[in-house]
Amino acid sequence: MTKFIRKQRYLIDFTLSSLLRRKTKNLGLLLVYTLIVFILASVMLFTHALRSEAGIILQESPEIILQRMVAGRHALMPAEYLEKIGRVRGVVRKEGRLWGYFYDYATKSNYTMMAAPDKGLSNSEVIIGAGIARVRWLGIGDFISFNSFDGKTYTFEVKEILDSESELVSSDLVLMSETAWRTTLGVPEGYFTDIVLSVRNPREVSKIAGKLTLKLPDTRPILRDEILRTYDSVFAWRQGITFVLLAGAVLAFVIFAWDKASGLSAEEKREIGILKAVGWETGDVLHMKFWEGGIISLSAFMLGYLAAYVHVFYGSAVLFEPVLKGWAVLYPEFHPVPFIDGMQVATLFFFTVFPYTVATIIPIWRASITDPDTVMR
Amino acid sequence: MLIELNDIRKVFNQGKHNEFSAIRGISLQIEPNKVTCLKGASGSGKTTLLSMIGCLSRPTSGRITLGEQNISGLPERFLTDIRRHTFGFIFQKFNLIQGLSVLENIMLPAYPLGTPHEALMDYAHSLLGHFGLSRLSTSPVEWLSGGEAQRVAICRAMINDPEILIADEPTANLDSKLSREFMGLVDDLHQSGKTVLITSHDPIVFDSPVINRVVEMCDGQVLKDEPCY
Ligand SMILES: Nc1ncnc2c1ncn2[C@@H]1O[C@H](COP(=O)(O)OP(=O)(O)OP(=O)(O)O)[C@@H](O)[C@H]1O
Ligand SMILES: [Mg+2]
Repeated sequence: MTKFIRKQRYLIDFTLSSLLRRKTKNLGLLLVYTLIVFILASVMLFTHALRSEAGIILQESPEIILQRMVAGRHALMPAEYLEKIGRVRGVVRKEGRLWGYFYDYATKSNYTMMAAPDKGLSNSEVIIGAGIARVRWLGIGDFISFNSFDGKTYTFEVKEILDSESELVSSDLVLMSETAWRTTLGVPEGYFTDIVLSVRNPREVSKIAGKLTLKLPDTRPILRDEILRTYDSVFAWRQGITFVLLAGAVLAFVIFAWDKASGLSAEEKREIGILKAVGWETGDVLHMKFWEGGIISLSAFMLGYLAAYVHVFYGSAVLFEPVLKGWAVLYPEFHPVPFIDGMQVATLFFFTVFPYTVATIIPIWRASITDPDTVMR
Repeated sequence: MLIELNDIRKVFNQGKHNEFSAIRGISLQIEPNKVTCLKGASGSGKTTLLSMIGCLSRPTSGRITLGEQNISGLPERFLTDIRRHTFGFIFQKFNLIQGLSVLENIMLPAYPLGTPHEALMDYAHSLLGHFGLSRLSTSPVEWLSGGEAQRVAICRAMINDPEILIADEPTANLDSKLSREFMGLVDDLHQSGKTVLITSHDPIVFDSPVINRVVEMCDGQVLKDEPCY
């Protein structure tokens, strides 16, 4: 047993000095390999993070949103509708919401304006998303102005900047008091944008939605599950793009491994011959080459994965900016919660290390079973 | 250990249009602790015969016995095992591995055996000292002169302390002074109890007093077999 370990140590020693011997070639190899792992791992971590972010957001959103429809279009919701709904069994909370959009010429972007009665804002105070704070260089205590619907300008003091866990959607948000909101956006007293209802038991949601449409025939209930589905299809599209990237990377990897497989140099072949002639078994040669491939692919895998991890979780996935852009108009700074998913790591490992190992070991095996007497010539 | 060849034949590319019979019925006994030289024109089959004796390849027919053991029918694994314990090879082109140091090259055949590191290092250094190479132990082999490379090759052949040393045209890349030096080293090996088997068509080798016996080959057969005294 100790003999076996000593042997493996010798083989590893030999492998290391072999790798050093062809320093540039092996460094190049390591670099390409690491880069491919990096791209693949980034895509995987990124899409996964994006999905779980969306999940977090939706967790907090209400089960049912009720919109009023006039001539097939989304219209303002009269406040009496809240009473008209009355008591519906299973509904634990119902509330009118005020929200809308504001186009800012200065930054050429859309803000999402929302009334937040529960935040305790005075009529001259706002809370803004981090994206707005960034593009307008605003800090707490600074002032921001909005043009109202009737051409007046109102100035607000920034009381707080949203530092949400998921900046993905809060980036472009402006929260203000109800009065300020109505004054700026011109929705008169007695109207809301929509009504949200919280339901205790998720299984009752569709039944409740049915009751609502009976009671208020000119409204449309939107269920969280439906939103989830919409989100999902948006993500699917985004994933499509990242999938193209992924496919590209895999292709590059296959070409790279193929090249490696077909290109056992004459020098390498001769070396294998020498080793066999001086008393190495086919198995010893394979062992040694196995270590060689293992050292390269493991270090590439770890370096690549680590780099991807840093890139996605600490570098805001900067390389994926074009994919993320257009999520909100203001590019959100993306700080997902770091995670490592064992299954994902295993998948990635399987798709990179395994084909590489196979691709390299086959030609070596072919070379190592040839008769050792060839080195005598 | 007595090496015994019994009606050995070797056919290359058997059954194809370019079939070639390189060894055609050789029977021979090679006594232990002797220096034997295989001599003959180019293409006479010296290397082919040598590689079969050294377990690098197998005869097409005939029997080779090594001491008590019949080796001609053994599977590759066993051949390798016998090879690395019994034979040391010195190749015509030295066949050192470029980029590795002298010391690493010498220790290479011992790696699969898992010899304890300390003992291996000690033995390698004593070999290097014996062949006057201590100074070069860490140099990469591509720096070496022809004579030095040859001595490194000898050290490598000796590392597993084999009973039999096999040298194929060992002087082909050396000038006559170095060739004589090499024969001196062969004499040392002989004195220390090794069996040495050399092929050559270099008179410095086969006319050397170090050689105990010359076997002359022609077209895959033994032409003349005479002891030298
Ligand atoms: N793998 C092979 N396939 C076909 N023919 C071979 C093969 N190996 C050797 N031969 C032939 O066998 C014959 C004997 O070759 P061998 O190398 O044993 O000669 P040699 O006596 O060592 O010659 P030299 O003195 O030039 O080294 C040669 O004619 C050679 O062409
Ligand atoms: Mg020859």
